[in-house]
Amino acid sequence: MECSNSSAKGVEKSHVVELISVFKSYQRGSQIIPVLEDISFRIQEGDFLALMGPSGSGKSTLLNLIAGIDHADKGTILVNGVDISSLNESGLASWRSVNVGLIFQFYNLIPVLTAFENVELPLLLTGLSARRRKEQVETVLSLLNLSDRIDHFPSQLSGGQQQRVAIARAMVTDPAILVADEPTGDLDRTSAAEILSFMGRLVKEFGKTIIMVTHDPKAAENAHRIIHLEKGVLLNPGQQKI
Amino acid sequence: MFYLKLSFRNAFRHPLRAVLTITGVAVAILAFGLLRTLVGLWYLGVETSSSTRLVTRSSISLVFSLPVSYRERIRQIPGVKEVSMMNWFGGIYVSEKNFFPNFAVEPKTFLALYPEFIVDEGEKKSFLNDRRGAAAGSKLAAKHGWKVGDRIVLKGTIFPGEWDFVLRAIYRGAQRSTDESQFFFHWDYLNESLRKTVPRRADQVGIYMVGVDTPEKAPEVAQAIDATFRNSLAETMSETEKAFQLSFVAMTEAIMIAIKIVSYVVIVIIMVVAANTMAMTARERIAEYATMKALGFRWSHVAVTVFAESLLIALLGGTIGVLLTFPAANLLEKELSQFFPVFIISTETIYFQFAAAALVGIVASVFPVYRASTINIAEGLRRVG
Repeated sequence: MECSNSSAKGVEKSHVVELISVFKSYQRGSQIIPVLEDISFRIQEGDFLALMGPSGSGKSTLLNLIAGIDHADKGTILVNGVDISSLNESGLASWRSVNVGLIFQFYNLIPVLTAFENVELPLLLTGLSARRRKEQVETVLSLLNLSDRIDHFPSQLSGGQQQRVAIARAMVTDPAILVADEPTGDLDRTSAAEILSFMGRLVKEFGKTIIMVTHDPKAAENAHRIIHLEKGVLLNPGQQKI
Repeated sequence: MFYLKLSFRNAFRHPLRAVLTITGVAVAILAFGLLRTLVGLWYLGVETSSSTRLVTRSSISLVFSLPVSYRERIRQIPGVKEVSMMNWFGGIYVSEKNFFPNFAVEPKTFLALYPEFIVDEGEKKSFLNDRRGAAAGSKLAAKHGWKVGDRIVLKGTIFPGEWDFVLRAIYRGAQRSTDESQFFFHWDYLNESLRKTVPRRADQVGIYMVGVDTPEKAPEVAQAIDATFRNSLAETMSETEKAFQLSFVAMTEAIMIAIKIVSYVVIVIIMVVAANTMAMTARERIAEYATMKALGFRWSHVAVTVFAESLLIALLGGTIGVLLTFPAANLLEKELSQFFPVFIISTETIYFQFAAAALVGIVASVFPVYRASTINIAEGLRRVG
């Protein structure tokens, strides 16, 4: 993996994520639209952070920057001591495959792959043998009560089940952080509660760090900490759960 | 293995679209194969001609004949092994739609010069001994239900009258490419009749076929033949059999070039159709490609998946197209036997068909591969829902 550990110096061990003066803007024609301005905050290991804010406030962009999906214009993003803003595309791809688990609003499962195959996807990028991959996938799917759905295609699963498969895919490589963009946005109340409860378990029982973007205050209640963004500016970086 | 599995499942994700695209490619490859075969068959006479045979004809035109007395003079030229002669008869059997090539030949020398026409010894003997005897190719005989001993009447067009023959031999080809749809009879029979009816047209020969010792001697012998008859009333033009056949093909070369162009146009059309299908497919799957890249897959992984899918569809269509070419060729051989006595699909054509199918797959994948591999992940993920 092409990672730079030089930036790790001086970062507290308990801080999994640290953003220092991060700026991000988009260009629409000749116009430059600032999306994030001077964002700085830290996330501790085992933290469950909710990012809230109105549409267009920059929450998803911030999540993408932390997940290494997008590049910041300026500033430093340290994840587990690695300055991901200094990695190139290829380095970021390798880094993401090991360090980040991604959960999306619309699950983003590959329709032609079964639940097992979807969860196995990230493991194909590791050097694990087929037998080890099978063991690992089956373990994660059983944790999410999906053992009986292993050979089902996404179209044969309910929304809640699809999101559980997506969570299984996100955690199968045992990443340091899980980033979730509106994970309950497409689910009914019962399924949403089930997913949030499971995410809570991931933090509590497995010590995972979760950063979740949500519109739903109910969903945010499950987080340890809520950060509000408005027009690309952080309103309460240090604020604890309300 | 995973990428192959993913590509295969993606290829058949929309069964109707996949079937229609595969059918389109199959039909295009079939048409390409048949058109190429057609062009190839046009040149078959050139390719199967012997390098030890020369053709001597009037230097003015093939329409003008040569005196029969030339035969002995040609035979005496050093390097000449055998001389035979032939007249295009142009007779019609029952009706014009039954066209087949028919020639007056000198049977003994003709069969010696053309070992590719295989005749049973018994039939050969009776053909040689019967002045009204004729030999027909096995395909021609089968087509008209002729058997040895049958009486066959041809209506003359160049040589008027009704000409009676007895079928004495049915020849078969030494190779699959040998024309088995021709009809030969005794030149003497024609000549004797002409002597009686139109004496001024007797003792004339359409062409001489000259066998030479070795292919290397062919140019030298051709020059010697033409030199012998220079400044005579009927000057000659001698050339290799290949050159002689080519002079016929050259007359229709423009048509052959047009057919060749059409065969390539068919491939270009299906290439555009397949490219459009693959582009649509890529546009629909942008979010999936973005997801794969977000999970850590490189652009090359995504590109391989798209490329393999395109190639798979094209090669599947290509294979079906190639397999359909054989029954289609058999059908055409039956239907167009008077124009194309043999309809052979060459190995080269099959290679070309597969190459064309692969090319369709490769070209069709260029845009989708580019699009899938350069997609911005954040933008691609927004396409869901």
